Amino acid sequence: MLEGLLPQILVGLALVLLVIGVVAARRRRPSGRRGATRMKDLEAMERAGRTAVETPTRAERDKGEEEGEAREEEAGPLPETAEAAAPPRPTLRDRLVKSRRFFAARLSEAFGGGVDEDTWEDLEAALIQADVGVETSTKIVARLQVAAKERGVSDAAELKGLLAEELIALFDSVELGRDRALAFAPEPPTVWLVVGVNGTGKTTTIGKLASDLSHRGKGVALAAADTFRAAADEQLQVWARRSSAQLVRHQPGADPGAVAFDAFRFARARGLDVLLIDTAGRLHTKTPLMDELSKIRRVVEKEGSVTEALLVLDATAGQNGLAQARKFTQAAGVTGVVLTKLDGSAKGGIALAIESELGLPIKLIGVGEGIDDLEPFDPKTFVDALLS
Amino acid sequence: MFDTLSGRLDEIFTRLRGRGRLNEKQVDEVLREIRLALLDADVSLRVVKAFVKDVRERAAGAEIHKSLTPAQQVIKLVHAALIDMLGKEASGLAHADRPPRIILIAGLQGSGKTTAAAKLARLLKSQGRRPLLAACDLQRPAAIRQLQILGEQAGVPTHAEPDAADPVAVAGRALALSRGEGYTDLIVDTAGRLNVDRELMAQLAQIHDALDPTETLLVCDAMTGQEAVNVAEAFSSEVEVTGVILTKLDGDARGGAALSMTYVTGRPIKFAGVGEKLADLEAFYPDRMASRILGMGDVLTLIEKAESAFDEAEAKKMEEKLRKADFTFEDFLSQMQALKKMGPMSQVLGMLPGMSKLPVGDMQIDEQLPRIEAIIRSMTMQERNNPHLIKGSRRSRIARGSGTSVQEVNKLVKQFDDVRKMVKMMSSGKAGGGMRLPGGLKVPPNLGL
Repeated sequence: MLEGLLPQILVGLALVLLVIGVVAARRRRPSGRRGATRMKDLEAMERAGRTAVETPTRAERDKGEEEGEAREEEAGPLPETAEAAAPPRPTLRDRLVKSRRFFAARLSEAFGGGVDEDTWEDLEAALIQADVGVETSTKIVARLQVAAKERGVSDAAELKGLLAEELIALFDSVELGRDRALAFAPEPPTVWLVVGVNGTGKTTTIGKLASDLSHRGKGVALAAADTFRAAADEQLQVWARRSSAQLVRHQPGADPGAVAFDAFRFARARGLDVLLIDTAGRLHTKTPLMDELSKIRRVVEKEGSVTEALLVLDATAGQNGLAQARKFTQAAGVTGVVLTKLDGSAKGGIALAIESELGLPIKLIGVGEGIDDLEPFDPKTFVDALLS
Repeated sequence: MFDTLSGRLDEIFTRLRGRGRLNEKQVDEVLREIRLALLDADVSLRVVKAFVKDVRERAAGAEIHKSLTPAQQVIKLVHAALIDMLGKEASGLAHADRPPRIILIAGLQGSGKTTAAAKLARLLKSQGRRPLLAACDLQRPAAIRQLQILGEQAGVPTHAEPDAADPVAVAGRALALSRGEGYTDLIVDTAGRLNVDRELMAQLAQIHDALDPTETLLVCDAMTGQEAVNVAEAFSSEVEVTGVILTKLDGDARGGAALSMTYVTGRPIKFAGVGEKLADLEAFYPDRMASRILGMGDVLTLIEKAESAFDEAEAKKMEEKLRKADFTFEDFLSQMQALKKMGPMSQVLGMLPGMSKLPVGDMQIDEQLPRIEAIIRSMTMQERNNPHLIKGSRRSRIARGSGTSVQEVNKLVKQFDDVRKMVKMMSSGKAGGGMRLPGGLKVPPNLGL
């Protein structure tokens, strides 16, 4: 297949090598003052350009953080509702029973005999199968090995306890000084932007959030800034009705930034407490669409501040979840993750990797299609449920 | 994250310096790398194990080609095994004994069923068929409306009953309608359901029984992780899955789920969703997917781009010149124009397997190219064709003309000469693994070509 194309490839390769060679050589030994100065100038100019773009955003974000400190008394929206909710709902533990069984099975396999080479390998396999990822799994197992040696653990049950500790520590280590509760602005309307790739459950999450906020007596507005997907606004409208929230929408294909901006002004004029902005699903690799997301945020921040940019992540997602989290954070300044579809058999292990590698807190989890099926993320419950 | 598999294997082999037949320990080490690469690409662990076993057996009986390095041999073997598992070639839809051909679309929430259904309808219509869409997702708010709108865009009618509650009944009436009105195909969109949801899975079986479809296509998100095996297993135990539609392939997920899906269902991937527009549905190419899962760089894309950018006869001539080190600045300039058509240099480099090791990103290649071009354009034709003429006053003239320095001109001329020699060596096959670039950078020993 390749033979016929060899000439093209070879020629292309030669050019590429030549260019790399020249460029690399120049970088290593900047030749000639004039050339060097130019390079420096270029870099300086680029830096200046970058700063010019970043400065306002950064200033605004700093402002946002200061404001954040001033509203400590506002707790996360969900725990209260959980207590107030009349019909008893299955606990996360019940819902995770499936994953628990699976994990327990894997673990008992791992801890079947004494602790030996196979134990560690099985343990790593169990973590990998939970989508924790090879890199993070290896790290966890390595840490567990050290810890087991230090404490002289040779018993399987003890090792399990140690693993739970290690997993919780992974969540806790990035949690230091961070709140998993959703942040409100000191002055309404609070703006939460919801982003993610296609089909993760952004609109459904917004519906659940709106319902929860409404139940707590907050006035809620929804911005249908997904103007791309067919009937996305109608889907949101159904949720608005169910949660008695106000919906702001434009024509299909309208500028999503304009929808968000109008919705912000609407929410402010009506004295509503929270504005939830639904955005179109987009693959994180599509630069123009990611730029559009930055723009939505920028436009809203002309008059208000976005206190939360929530990345909605599907629990069935594999290692690509990390790339998603990275790119969305770059484009929209993600402040937290909502892990959806945890009621399936997917373990959502990528959450571990995202927290430990990117330091992004998992704030909420989606555990069903019902309007109440959104819960605060609690690392201890999560890990316990996985391992018990 | 991990380097590409070929890069990692190269490392092993460079370390071993082993040539010829691999011993068992080396095979183990290589298989471990393959296992890691596949896991990193989200192939489910169980499938990885089965696959690695398969590769081990193949490796034992493999002939050793003298012309290939051990890394290349292993890659070739793994690549072939992957293609075997993914299905040898693109396979289309089965034909129905009598119309309409019924296509049932099923999958998890958010995998892209509705979009896939509409894309398929559009594709069939463009082939001169007369499809009907049926909206049987009564679960998600506005799902019916979404299908209606997409159907309109595709120019395909949609059977919808917004007030109905039973998807089985809606499917049955859609079938009757499609028969009565002489539609050639009936595409049935269903609600997303979790594989652990017994009730909804049973409902899917009922819809399936009511329709007795020609094709039952499982829609799978290319970004799916380890869960893919469980999903494939649950759906194929409930209904007879005949094929898979892999969606969101236009992202950067390695798409190991594709392998898990085909392994568990034993059915081919029939289509791939590669964009948000209705026209973005393609036949599935197992060989490309295999390269993608292995992280071998998108060699095929590169080849396609090269084909359209370079004139073949011209390229042959250039290759000859390269082999003899007759390659001149004038040739370089003309080839660079062709290369530019392939996209930004940094992007083209990214597509070359093994190039990920070079610090391409921070070299600002695309910014540097115009300077190189300016220098060459400031040379006379004679100088371009005889680089050795460039000395003394010619250099300062070229530097002045291009707004660069004499040192820069010197460097370019020197590098050009070095690379010319190196390419000559490479093309005559004299260079072994890992040659040094003039800039002190190491070229990966085999670029997977």
